[in-house]
Amino acid sequence: MSFFTIANLAYLVSAALFVFGLKRLQSPKTARSGNVMAAVGMALAIIVTLLETNFANWQPILVGAVIGALAGSISARAVQMTAMPQMVGLFNGFGGGASALVAISEFMRLLSPDLVLTADSGVSIVLGTLIGGVTFSGSMIAFGKLQGWMTGAPITWPLQKAMNAILFIATLAIGTYVIWFDPTNTTLFLVIIGLALALGITSTIPIGGADMPVVISLLNSYSGLAAAAAGFVVDNRVLIISGSLVGASGLILTNIMCVGMNRSLANVLFGAVGTADVGAGGSVGAGEHAGTVQSIDADGAAVMLAYARSVIFVPGYGMAVAQAQHAVRELADVLKDRGVDVKYAIHPVAGRMPGHMNVLLAEANVPYDELYDMDDINDSFKNTSVAVVIGANDVVNPAARHDTSSPLYGMPILNVDEAEHIIVLKRSMRAGFAGVENELFFHPKTMMLFGDAKESVSKLVMEAKAA
Amino acid sequence: MPESLLNNLYIFILAMFTGFEVITKVPPLLHTPLMSGSNAISGISVVGALVITAAATGDTLILILGVVAVAMGMINVAGGFLVTDRMLEMFKERQQPAGGEEGGE
Repeated sequence: MSFFTIANLAYLVSAALFVFGLKRLQSPKTARSGNVMAAVGMALAIIVTLLETNFANWQPILVGAVIGALAGSISARAVQMTAMPQMVGLFNGFGGGASALVAISEFMRLLSPDLVLTADSGVSIVLGTLIGGVTFSGSMIAFGKLQGWMTGAPITWPLQKAMNAILFIATLAIGTYVIWFDPTNTTLFLVIIGLALALGITSTIPIGGADMPVVISLLNSYSGLAAAAAGFVVDNRVLIISGSLVGASGLILTNIMCVGMNRSLANVLFGAVGTADVGAGGSVGAGEHAGTVQSIDADGAAVMLAYARSVIFVPGYGMAVAQAQHAVRELADVLKDRGVDVKYAIHPVAGRMPGHMNVLLAEANVPYDELYDMDDINDSFKNTSVAVVIGANDVVNPAARHDTSSPLYGMPILNVDEAEHIIVLKRSMRAGFAGVENELFFHPKTMMLFGDAKESVSKLVMEAKAA
Repeated sequence: MPESLLNNLYIFILAMFTGFEVITKVPPLLHTPLMSGSNAISGISVVGALVITAAATGDTLILILGVVAVAMGMINVAGGFLVTDRMLEMFKERQQPAGGEEGGE
């Protein structure tokens, strides 16, 4: 058996380990071992590749690998759980960048006089450069927005969508021209790289705030497709298989996020996300409802909670910003000791990435069997004494059910308004991301507890202990 | 269309279907680890980077691009798997056996 055969069999084992590893993510009990399995698959693929290439150029490779491994592991250890969305975004961008560089390097290698750029490798190279480039620059923008280095609000300008479409078509057109008519034109190839990077920026920049889960998922999918394209470029099947697994994963998450916001994938892909009527809807809503908000102090709220039969916590991005998850767990513990039934309701798009709230609450040692998905808990609100909304807004706005003029109309929401009492922890009366006034805050059953979420919850813990 | 490209297309499409089947069943509870874990897998492009860098003979620019690609890929791989492990370590079940209704997951 030639080494080529052995290497390919080893790649096959790698690919199988990835599939098994992902499969084990179906349950929290097996998930950790699944991740280890995938990591073993990756190590195997890397070792086999090094053997297959006879450790050629091992010194520079070692330098790059050590720098990358150190940078990656140090940041993975240091990152706070609340900063996880931008960390994942950043890693994602580097993966896409690596794929793009593979395609670019292959183009340069084929420039040498004794080699030619065939049509099929040309197509892979252009697609790899385009998708990888978009993933890289798009992820960097997403990182900047989530990290607060640039405004999280949508940045839009006239004809933005048309411009993105033109950039996209221009990249493909120039790519086609290079492949079939001018395969050694380095200048045009540089233009393709530039256009890909520009497209990543211009298609991510108009998307803001609460729509980030869609973007992060989509970029995740792109990074997989970029790796698959790189696999076509270097004719390596383990890249194609892993890339398409990740591409599929990202697409599924993107779709779940879109359903959670009642937006079509096309709506996301063509850059309309986050631009829907910001501001306009808000001012109308404010006029309608002004003056009917009831507020409550921590004292009163704590008594309500302490003597409740059942409480459902509804966390949102505000909890992450205030780092209130540990205080929330403490409050839940106090309530549970008093015999209160405590649950958490998680909306699919709460936070800045899929599953964001689950991770934060897990960090605070909340057992995962107290975390309920929207569909599993929505019927329980009507039998619940108190629903406590912590930093969530649009995902609990009843207007999504009945107000056809609301930008939120049609979005599935948590039925918080069906609870007997509602306590909303909020910094101020500012509108949510969609710029829409929240009907829930004006609901006769709703009490607003104003202040920083973490401070408010800590006060509730003290008062509930004393109650 | 050359046969190798055709084969690769078959693999690509079938692997996409496999991905859809396997990942559709991952509960929302684990969506973040799923994302960062699959993200780490997409760092497989480091293999492509290794192939390119190893083959870069005599062209310094390709060598440099290759090394940068290796570094980027390794950030993705090492960071992705480690951060996923850190998250998954935190997911714990309720300690004491709980009466009444149980979680859906």
